[in-house]
Amino acid sequence: MTKKSDLLPGTLDMLILKTLTRAPQHGYGIALSIKRLSDEVLTVEEGSLYPALQRLLVQGWVKAEWKMTETNRRARYYTLTDEGRRQLGQELSEFERMISAIGRVLRDVEGAA
Amino acid sequence: MKGFFFRLGILLRRKRFSSELDEEMAFHRAATEHDLRSEGLSPEEAKFAATRRFGNTTRMKERSHEVVSFRFETVAQDLSHAFRQLRKNPGFAATAIGVLALGIGASVALFAFVDAALIKPMPFVDPNRIVSVYETVPSCLLCNVSYQNFRDWQRESHSFAALEVWGYARYTLHADGAIAMADGARVSDGFFRALGVKPMLGRDFYAGEDRPGSGRTVLISYAAWQKRFGGASDVVGKTTQLDDLPYTVIGVLPRDFHFAVRGESDFWTALNDPDGCQKRRGCHSLFGLARLKDNVSVATASAEMTAIASQLEKQYPETNRGFGAVVRPLSEAVVGQVRPVLLVLLSGAGLLLLIACVNVVSLLLVRSEGRRQEIALRGALGASTGRLIRQFVIEGLVLVIAGTAAGIGSALVAMRLLLSLIPAERMEAMPYLEGLGLNARVLAFAAGIAMLAAMLFAVAPALRLKTRDLRGDLAEGSRGSGGRAWKRLGSRLVMVELATAVVLLVGAGLLGKSLYRLLHVDTGFEPERLASAVVSIPKNYTTDAQVMALERALVARVEALHEVKSASIASSTPVRDWDGGVNIAAAGRSLPKERVDVPERDVSAEYLHTLGARLMRGRYFTDAEDDPAKPRVVVINETMAKQFFPGEDAVGKDLEYVQSKQKVRVIGVIEDIKEGQLDTPNRAAMYVPFNQDSWGAFNLVVRTASLEEAKDTAALLQSITRAVHEIDKDIPVAGGMSISDTIRTSNAAYLRRTTAWLVGGFAVLALILSVVGLYGVIAYSVAQRTREIGVRMALGASRQSVHSLILKEASLLTGMGIALGLLSSVAAANLMRKLLFGTATWDVGTLAGVAIVLGAAALVASYIPARRAAEVNPVEALRAE
Repeated sequence: MTKKSDLLPGTLDMLILKTLTRAPQHGYGIALSIKRLSDEVLTVEEGSLYPALQRLLVQGWVKAEWKMTETNRRARYYTLTDEGRRQLGQELSEFERMISAIGRVLRDVEGAA
Repeated sequence: MKGFFFRLGILLRRKRFSSELDEEMAFHRAATEHDLRSEGLSPEEAKFAATRRFGNTTRMKERSHEVVSFRFETVAQDLSHAFRQLRKNPGFAATAIGVLALGIGASVALFAFVDAALIKPMPFVDPNRIVSVYETVPSCLLCNVSYQNFRDWQRESHSFAALEVWGYARYTLHADGAIAMADGARVSDGFFRALGVKPMLGRDFYAGEDRPGSGRTVLISYAAWQKRFGGASDVVGKTTQLDDLPYTVIGVLPRDFHFAVRGESDFWTALNDPDGCQKRRGCHSLFGLARLKDNVSVATASAEMTAIASQLEKQYPETNRGFGAVVRPLSEAVVGQVRPVLLVLLSGAGLLLLIACVNVVSLLLVRSEGRRQEIALRGALGASTGRLIRQFVIEGLVLVIAGTAAGIGSALVAMRLLLSLIPAERMEAMPYLEGLGLNARVLAFAAGIAMLAAMLFAVAPALRLKTRDLRGDLAEGSRGSGGRAWKRLGSRLVMVELATAVVLLVGAGLLGKSLYRLLHVDTGFEPERLASAVVSIPKNYTTDAQVMALERALVARVEALHEVKSASIASSTPVRDWDGGVNIAAAGRSLPKERVDVPERDVSAEYLHTLGARLMRGRYFTDAEDDPAKPRVVVINETMAKQFFPGEDAVGKDLEYVQSKQKVRVIGVIEDIKEGQLDTPNRAAMYVPFNQDSWGAFNLVVRTASLEEAKDTAALLQSITRAVHEIDKDIPVAGGMSISDTIRTSNAAYLRRTTAWLVGGFAVLALILSVVGLYGVIAYSVAQRTREIGVRMALGASRQSVHSLILKEASLLTGMGIALGLLSSVAAANLMRKLLFGTATWDVGTLAGVAIVLGAAALVASYIPARRAAEVNPVEALRAE
């Protein structure tokens, strides 16, 4: 079994939003995308997607509508709103700032060692 | 804010939200399952893997609901759950609420009294700036003020915005054809301005109205206005007869005005017709009252007054020798006596509340133990720890709110009850208790203790929850570490309860013993079958001869009544209050360094016989000697004899009044009669013939033939009044009371009795609660250990040894609780030393008695569970687990 990483707190929302930038998706699709795009390093307890999705709906960052899938089943598809897109931009730049800061610290520590 | 409408939308179609969420999740699982199957897993494996990958569906649904719902919704759910829980277990709910109501009710009721007496400001402007001013001598530390000295003080002092004076007055008036007495006071003109009280009708005394020659004017109290003038709006300007003199009513005092130091007073007149006493500097009959200037402290004012007094002492050595002056806050005069009582009672109620809370916490803990499975199940079904803790907080809150509501209700009842138990004449001195009830401060206090209790109730089970072992709890019948942890905490709580009960029991015991000691103090006379009434000599008896004739006729007439065995008169009856007395010394010797004043009682020849005083040496004076024309004689008490003639025989020696230089011969020495309150030490006192020093009013003291007649004072008073009126129908007779009643209701006895009864009540409740608490802990422990006991017995332990195993545990708890309590109670008793009398704070008898009572009660409480433990059937116990 490959080692799986737990998500940093608060990053799930960002990942969902990012996933939705390509196309509207249903919950299962989102879970699959995250898993695939991260080469199966990032897995979420799939059920926890749903509270997160409700949170995004309440914030107005995504919209939801029921559609039929290719296999002809009813599924709820989530679409990124404009506001969600703005939010994603903000979160991404914030996240990158933090990652690069952490990176600098780690490099420095390695250099000193 | 933007989520609000979204949430609202969902709130309105909650069912649809729920079913959509279900469908979505089902789709997710089905899709996963489908993919896994196409990867080659068997249908069962695929279903299992999909479920595992998805996680706890219920918890995810819960969380989703939490995200989209308003906070109050879950609170409402928890609330309804709490109510369900309580309804399911009405015995628990009723017990917890009842116990809480008891503790909260007692505390709130007593706090209301404390608030009314000690916190609520007096009905004056800026009452903290108002002070009493006293003259002071060693024999009388807070003593009356001489009118002449007062006028000098007014001129000399700078500490006061106003310095005023007031004195008692009683007026005879004719109402409905009968003669009656009315209470009044005479005040200097700025008295009401100093208090900041303005009449609600008419005017105040004007400056200078207290100078001799000003007209006779009177301010009436609101009660007098209603009662005597029917509340007539045109009362101002009317004339009323006081002591047969016309007084013009100039105003009506406000309804809420009360001056507790005077008690109820109908008529307030200006001090503009100085009586004999007020014309003499050496005569002290008034009370000083002043308003401090801003930023002058009581101590500064007191220092200034001391300086002025010593100046006057030099100026008037004859009258003022040894007289200082002292300033005290007025509140001290008003509530100084009840303050320690109230504080002791409030502490007692607080301790009761503590026990009640601890008891309820124990109950909650036992219950939370019983609910371990329920809680574990809810946790497994997806309730977060936070949510579970909140459940406990809410259940605690529901209990506290119900308990507080019931407590406030019972506090109201208790206040009514306590107020109705205060005798009317005592109520007069405590007018601040009128309108006692639930004001904002009392409610805030109730809310405060409710909050503390709620915190306690929420924290205790929640703490337990944190350390819970979910899987262990789920496994049925498991007796995990939780049981042991609870037992430790539960035992500690019971120790606290037992110790608190000990403190209350010791307090009640000490107070009870003090009361007993007080009521059995040797008063120096025989109080049974004695009664007294106050007779006022009308103003038309002017000469000594007239008064003497009247007095003799009265005594003879009253003595002729069949129910009266012996009658006599005295200026004051025993067990009242010590007074300053007169400055006197042994004749022909140098004056002692310190001024000595001795209270003087003007009595008829028969008085000491009537009283049943005990003569030690010499003789009593005779009827013939009770005559101003005869040589002056005096009977003194033992203390005085020792003080004035140490090591000598006082009989035959002369005393000399320091001011008048009048000599008086000691003819007898009696054992000390308790003239002051029962808890005061004996002082020198002397008894002089009534007619050698006559007075305007006196006490008729009678010894009745039987006890019943003394007890039925109303009937006795009627007979006496009729007898007196046969001689002169204009002589007012009032205040009939048996001396035993006087003693029983005297301040010292009354305050101690009230405290002893109330603390005793608290102590009994505390005893019951703590013993029930102990029973609970032991019974729980036995229930927890049924299996262990079964094993022990299966291995051959005898019933006897099981029995003693449980009893040992109980005795250890009880012993530690009692030991802790005894230590604390000695410290606590120190705090109420002021209320103890003839009883040490560490009174061994009381401490031992309490230990025995509580120990015995605890033994009984633990005997029942111990019996049950010993009756455990080992086979059943082992099978049941």
